[in-house]
Amino acid sequence: MTALDLSRLITAAADTIAAHAEELTALDQAIGDGDHGLNMKRGFEAVRAEADAFAAKPLPDGLKAIGTKLVMTVGGASGPLFGTLFMALGKEISAEPDHANLTAAFGKALEAVAARGKSQVGQKTMLDVLQPVRDALAKGKTAAEIADIADAAAEATVPMKALRGRASFLGDRSIGHMDAGARSTALLVRTVAQIIGDKA
Amino acid sequence: MSNVGIVIVSHSPLVAEGTADMVRQMVGDEVPVAWCGGNGHGGLGTNVEAIMGAIDRAWSEAGVAVLVDLGGAETNSEMAVEMIGEPRAHKIIVCNAPIVEGAVMAATEASGGASLREVVATAHELSPS
Repeated sequence: MTALDLSRLITAAADTIAAHAEELTALDQAIGDGDHGLNMKRGFEAVRAEADAFAAKPLPDGLKAIGTKLVMTVGGASGPLFGTLFMALGKEISAEPDHANLTAAFGKALEAVAARGKSQVGQKTMLDVLQPVRDALAKGKTAAEIADIADAAAEATVPMKALRGRASFLGDRSIGHMDAGARSTALLVRTVAQIIGDKA
Repeated sequence: MSNVGIVIVSHSPLVAEGTADMVRQMVGDEVPVAWCGGNGHGGLGTNVEAIMGAIDRAWSEAGVAVLVDLGGAETNSEMAVEMIGEPRAHKIIVCNAPIVEGAVMAATEASGGASLREVVATAHELSPS
């Protein structure tokens, strides 16, 4: 992978979250506490405001700084979960990652999110998108394929029963709705995939 | 203060403050107590920065027991402990207990000079699992 334009990635991610904030909130209203879109938008706008400063850092430090900012600004349970994703990525990734390093770092980040949320794959969470994306990375899929895999994985949370988070209080009534965290994760994966392209 | 401190983290500032009132009625000023609640933007929720602040206010060298309500409060509290880091992190424990009963029982135990481990065990006895 050639040098990442982190500033461009941040801008694109913040644009994507802002454009889908209402949709994410609507998903969260169905089975959660209805604040996911607004929370994510607030967090990513805070990251956007410091995009140049984050991009000026070496990639690992830039990702860690994004994670810390998300923890402090997103709120809800999503702040620590998405924050942990970026903080763990920053901890494991090298300054100029190759495909193997990116795959390994993504795997570690997935484990960190699972530990933070005390959750695992199959419980109707963002992990249900992160895991197939990690597997696709490991198999050397193209960026476009990975974006499609992420979308399909978010879609696949619809028939699942929530076992973690506020949605789990609803039991069987959580079935039939897409998990908001899975959806926002898929949106971010597609955004990053479009920018990195097949350089990864 | 040599007694273990108690921190109450609720999605609702009213619940957090009310729980702290009940704790103070039991133990007075013998136990450091701090609370936080709300998302920092006027709505319901929890906030890592506010939790870190509450832990500072209730800080005791004997440690701090954190009582939480719903899942996000637990996740955010664990994140706050991680961000506070060592050497203090290992003296902060997020309890698995009902918030009101847990806070009152933990504070009562703490007021007698019990260790952090004993305070947390008392709160955990209230939890079904």
